[in-house]
Amino acid sequence: MLDISLQKRHDDFILDLSFQTAAPEITALFGRSGSGKSSLVRLLAGLDRPDDGHIRLDGATLFDRAAGIDMPTHNRRVGLVFQDSRLLPHYGVRGNLLYGFKRTPDAERFVALDEVVELLGLEKLLDRRVGALSGGEKQRVAIGRALLASPRLLLMDEPLAALDGARKAELLDYVARLAAHFRLPILYVSHSPEEILRVAGRMVLIEGGKALAEGPVEAVMSRADFAAAAGSRTLVTIVTATIEGHDSDRQTSRLAWNGHHIDVPRLDLATGSAVRARIPADHVILALKPVEGLSVRNQVPGRVLSLSPAGALVDVAIDVGTPLHAELTPDACRELGLEPGKDVMALIKSAAIDAAAVSLRPG
Amino acid sequence: MLTLTPLETEALRLSLLVSVTAVVGSLPFGIGVAWLLARVNFPGKSLLDGIVHLPLVLPPVAVGYLLLVTMGRHGLIGAWLHDVLGVTFAFNWKGAALASAVISFPLLVRAVRLSIEQVDRGVEAAAATLGAGPWAVFFTVTLPLALPGIAAGIILAFARSLSEFGATITFVASIPGETRTLPVALFAVTQNAGGDSEALRLCILSVALALLTLLVAERLAKRLERRMRGQPHA
Repeated sequence: MLDISLQKRHDDFILDLSFQTAAPEITALFGRSGSGKSSLVRLLAGLDRPDDGHIRLDGATLFDRAAGIDMPTHNRRVGLVFQDSRLLPHYGVRGNLLYGFKRTPDAERFVALDEVVELLGLEKLLDRRVGALSGGEKQRVAIGRALLASPRLLLMDEPLAALDGARKAELLDYVARLAAHFRLPILYVSHSPEEILRVAGRMVLIEGGKALAEGPVEAVMSRADFAAAAGSRTLVTIVTATIEGHDSDRQTSRLAWNGHHIDVPRLDLATGSAVRARIPADHVILALKPVEGLSVRNQVPGRVLSLSPAGALVDVAIDVGTPLHAELTPDACRELGLEPGKDVMALIKSAAIDAAAVSLRPG
Repeated sequence: MLTLTPLETEALRLSLLVSVTAVVGSLPFGIGVAWLLARVNFPGKSLLDGIVHLPLVLPPVAVGYLLLVTMGRHGLIGAWLHDVLGVTFAFNWKGAALASAVISFPLLVRAVRLSIEQVDRGVEAAAATLGAGPWAVFFTVTLPLALPGIAAGIILAFARSLSEFGATITFVASIPGETRTLPVALFAVTQNAGGDSEALRLCILSVALALLTLLVAERLAKRLERRMRGQPHA
């Protein structure tokens, strides 16, 4: 359990945020650049001193202004993986990996070198010098090094920002694997919704130095302020589903979600894999009863939860087991007589659904 | 020509002893002051910076005179050192080493300070998150990464000590076998009528020693540079 309430005045903005997050799982910190994510990471690691507030982690107090507690960085046991690796250039890979390990008391160690080497695929790198590593290799060593110091909390500050696409996917798998393996709470800073969808269970939305929302990724990403922070005009609904099967004739994959089935463009993943799908609200069409003779593949029955204005449109939330967002014109809402409690069919075009693999542990 | 006279051997031995002692003795202080100037903001920082640089701009004779009045047997500090610790710098080789150390101190501090300023504070921060306290960070990250600059500082200070004359002769005079280093010996023989060939030999010896120092320094600097950048040995 991580409990944060922090205030810090910077030259150009004021960080003032509070949130709690339950361990152990990956919690993403999402926000635009300059929103205060990296500033928060530095405060948590003890690299900067907050003006006020507290940081508590599993009952231990790392910082508490009122109580006069400010644990120095080297005693916090908060691991930090930087965007730019920051490996020790005068140590080899093995030296970097063991740097924190050697400084951790036996009783507090939860992992040994061999285990980390195997998890992160570092066998071949062990005797190399760090100057000879590629970007992805450096980040794997940086993650391994942080893990070997047996942290109580692992902070990852945009760890993939310097990597190309293929390396990103590979490293995301490693991140998800180690979170599950060690049951280690991870705060994952990112401004990429794709990365967050892939690894995080929960997320905190940060904007202008404040935490706007904290909760499951599905719930936070469906919010209007998330869409704004992500630079998108329309709301999205995030559904976490499993692949039920593939239809090679129609080039689609069928997803099972909340007892519903939806077809999406074919995914190159095994049956049974977990995926998260993004359904843009402007691609959800509402009908009062099932419609025949239509190209739209997916029809999901639900009940209207609420209607709220969203710019010139109306955001209609439909309960289909979880809330599904549709954006309609006020005119259309009137014509259909939409009001909370009314039964509707939600029609979703397969091609509009953007589904991707999830590396995180299901459930 | 290739065998040294006893006088030359004596001067060479003294020069090396004085210079090595000066550098070894001032190195910890030099690194400490350089770290302070590079990493800490405190009141009076400019003043300290100025005092450290003073020997670079003052005439060495003035430095020697200041040493004489402070560290001489009847000097403020010198008297205390003599009475309490039984140590004296007056008119012996230790005094020559002290004079060399003071004169070369700004060169040492400048080089070390520059290299400490170059050390990536991000890497130091990373070491701290891995459980290294401030001293551990200093000895395992800052110091090793600043090593090329520290080596440069040592070489500079050593070379400056080898050539030190003004402060030495003012502070500890020219005593054969005690304070008569190469430059002092050279000056002494030039004062004798007919000492030309002796002077030339001492001069050549000085040049050879200086060249050797610089060559070794160059080699060492290149090796260290490569190591600290985390690259394989060439």
